Amino acid sequence: MIARGGTEGASRREFLKMLGGGLLVVLVTRDLLAEPAPGTRLTAAAPGAPQIPGDVGAWLHIDANGAVTVFTGKVEFGQGIRTSLAQEIAEELRVPLSSVRLVMGDTMLTPFDMGTFGSRSTPQMGTQLRKVGATARERLVDLAAEHWHVDPGGLTAAAGRVTDPRTHRSLRYGELTAGRTITATVNDAVALTPKAHWTVAGTSAPHVGGRDLVTGRHQYTSDMRVPDMLYAKILRAPSIGATLASLDASAAQAIPGVVVTRDGDFVGVTAPSVPTAAKALGALRATWAPASGPEPSSRDIADYLRRTPAPDAGPGHEGGSAEPFERGDVTAALAAAPHRLTQSYTVAYIAHVPLEPRAALAQITHEAGGDRLTVWTGTQRPFAVRDQVAQALGMPNDRVRVIVPDTGSGYGGKHTGEAAVEAARLAQKVGRPVKLVWTREEEFRWAYFRPAGVIDVDAGVDANGIISAWTFDNYNSGPAAIRPPYPIANQRVIFHPSVSPLRQGSYRALAATANHFARESHVSELAHMVQMDPVAFRLKNIDDPRLHDVVQKAADTFGWPGPNRQPGHGVGVACGFEKGGYVATCAEVSVDHGSGDVHIVRAVTAFDCGAIVNPDGLRNQISGALVQGIGGALFEAIEFDHGVIGNPHLADYRVPRFSDVPAIDVVLVDRPDEPSMGAGEAPIMALAPAVAAALFEATGVRLRALPMAPSGIKLAAASGSGAR
Amino acid sequence: MRIDIEVNGSRHSMDVDPSQTLLEVLRDELGLTGTKYGCGEGRCGACTVLVGAHAVASCTIPAQSANGATITTIEGLEHDGHLHPVQQAFLDEQAFQCAYCTPGIVMASVALLRANPQPSAEEIARGLETNICRCGTYPRIIAAVRRAAAGGAGEARP
Repeated sequence: MIARGGTEGASRREFLKMLGGGLLVVLVTRDLLAEPAPGTRLTAAAPGAPQIPGDVGAWLHIDANGAVTVFTGKVEFGQGIRTSLAQEIAEELRVPLSSVRLVMGDTMLTPFDMGTFGSRSTPQMGTQLRKVGATARERLVDLAAEHWHVDPGGLTAAAGRVTDPRTHRSLRYGELTAGRTITATVNDAVALTPKAHWTVAGTSAPHVGGRDLVTGRHQYTSDMRVPDMLYAKILRAPSIGATLASLDASAAQAIPGVVVTRDGDFVGVTAPSVPTAAKALGALRATWAPASGPEPSSRDIADYLRRTPAPDAGPGHEGGSAEPFERGDVTAALAAAPHRLTQSYTVAYIAHVPLEPRAALAQITHEAGGDRLTVWTGTQRPFAVRDQVAQALGMPNDRVRVIVPDTGSGYGGKHTGEAAVEAARLAQKVGRPVKLVWTREEEFRWAYFRPAGVIDVDAGVDANGIISAWTFDNYNSGPAAIRPPYPIANQRVIFHPSVSPLRQGSYRALAATANHFARESHVSELAHMVQMDPVAFRLKNIDDPRLHDVVQKAADTFGWPGPNRQPGHGVGVACGFEKGGYVATCAEVSVDHGSGDVHIVRAVTAFDCGAIVNPDGLRNQISGALVQGIGGALFEAIEFDHGVIGNPHLADYRVPRFSDVPAIDVVLVDRPDEPSMGAGEAPIMALAPAVAAALFEATGVRLRALPMAPSGIKLAAASGSGAR
Repeated sequence: MRIDIEVNGSRHSMDVDPSQTLLEVLRDELGLTGTKYGCGEGRCGACTVLVGAHAVASCTIPAQSANGATITTIEGLEHDGHLHPVQQAFLDEQAFQCAYCTPGIVMASVALLRANPQPSAEEIARGLETNICRCGTYPRIIAAVRRAAAGGAGEARP
């Protein structure tokens, strides 16, 4: 557990003083502590300067004008939580959405947060903020009741006012708190508004700040400038793991305005302009010693991962347990099964390719208590990056502030603070603010990848068409969504971490995409083996009614299996459950018999993530996940050999474009009585296996490696075999 | 080298480095940061601006070669506080997620509609093929451009 405890207390107190009087509602995350530690309770507020305990999940402030400011450590990367979280607050507080402002991802102003990943913002932060909002509303009603000397039970809160319907008196929230500072801690048992009564949450509110996005006015980290700022470039090794043998920086140093910083293998240049920094980088004369040791290439990575176990799971292996799961007697069940199928599936390393590359602006200020460092950077884990930067610079955590402007996407690829650390080191050396924006090539070569992996599946089906035995061995992809959603009586599921030759980490939905590709491809193959329709086979094997529903709805909307298809067309289906989201996708593909070109013609995805907070935002996430999934399904793969990335440019690494996009139909399954869950990840994971099954129907070729068709499908080579 | 360019109606005379791209001049010298860096090789369209009536990838244009050019960036589309119809259509359709690609795609769409005021969905997709939206909002972008076209954006300035 990362230490908490008011390390930013002094600055926060100053800031809260600035906010002035009003109502401050603090969510104390009691579940993090067995007992509240001494001093973590709110003390009686000193005038204008309430104290904030360290173990806080979020807080909210209402000023004398009724403006609501909510503080959360979550960050906005395009997934829309700046909007959906504000909707939830506005709903419980009974104020218009426009009066709510979110301060996000600022390690000085917002409470500690693990990070924005794992589809946790909606189920966790959303629920917390609803409680914060509801508590604030209750407190305001109490204040009005005290003011009027009436029973709070008869009062109503709406449109930013508390009203007494008996007397028609009403007071604005700002009036209720004016001139005073009132604090309240969240009542964990506070009654939340049921979805049936939602008026702000549950609606398709447009993206907060959208106007600044379409005008280009929004400042991403890479757009920021501060006075006296220098631009940086970093010297990169020619291959992964190479070490710096020698450096001659004299020519670079001789360029006016240039400073070269070297610290071990870290070498960076700073200059007053980008072209000068680029010239200085080009003037560095370095020699490197390549890494020693095994160096697999992208061609033999599958074998390498299988035979090179790692002792423990590593980055990218989150989202599930590395402990083997076993139930029943799988060996006996496999032996007894009348139908049995064994296959292997592989997935490649892929890159996130966030359109805004890593960027950071670091500024050191000299203050009485010592230096302070502020770093603006686009990271999904601002607090972790704060600690990372502090450690790299040898500064205490509480002297480092990380601020995350709304960022140009991440998809799990910005959990770390490479650019932040680099810019901060240089700023510390030169004593001036330093901005660093990675190039696209640096992003490809020096960020991290979705893990490559190999998955072996061995399964049996009984005489009734029920999957009776299931073994699943995943090498290196990760354990997320590794266990089947089908109630298979005999199963053994094991995740085997491997030593990875490339740096790997989190990616949208983690290993759920790889595990669903293997599992659902295998299920489709089993259905084919027992000559059952793949939708009917799934429905027969599913016992979870919500999973059943999304499969049925996707199939119905798709018109499964549809009329006789044109030659070269095929359809496929896949489904799954992950992070609280149920997903089913039906896809139709076409394959050009001349060129082998593959196109996904249409895709229908049904998705259930509980009570829907913002239907339009949800559709946008689901549709976007499907489009992103096309790349990993059909053509995205990192090529590498001897520690060198072979395709570090968009000219060589293909991502989905307009022409790749199918007709997309999204079916939202709203569950007003179920908790709202996240939707940024799970919708991506059923596309690849649905497309794989569709390609089989279209061509008779089973494709068991992601990406499936980087250069189309060579039909002639596979004709007649029906397998690859 | 000294160049004279007109950007969003303002004339600028400035010294540029032979290695500088038009994108760098717009962002770092003129502070017009609505135009984005995405790849530096003209493959993503985040840096799209109008040179005259044509959409170009400003990251591939040496600043020197822009001498004498009339350039419109995303900052030049808004007039008197009113969004350009294409910007308004993107807002109406919520045709973005992280929106880092949006300025470039808006500029490419403005040029597309000027050349073809009533494009089909296929023509829009083909016309915007060099623009990447990594968040995958392509279907909404097509809807936004069609909405703008229906509203007569192809006839709007610039």
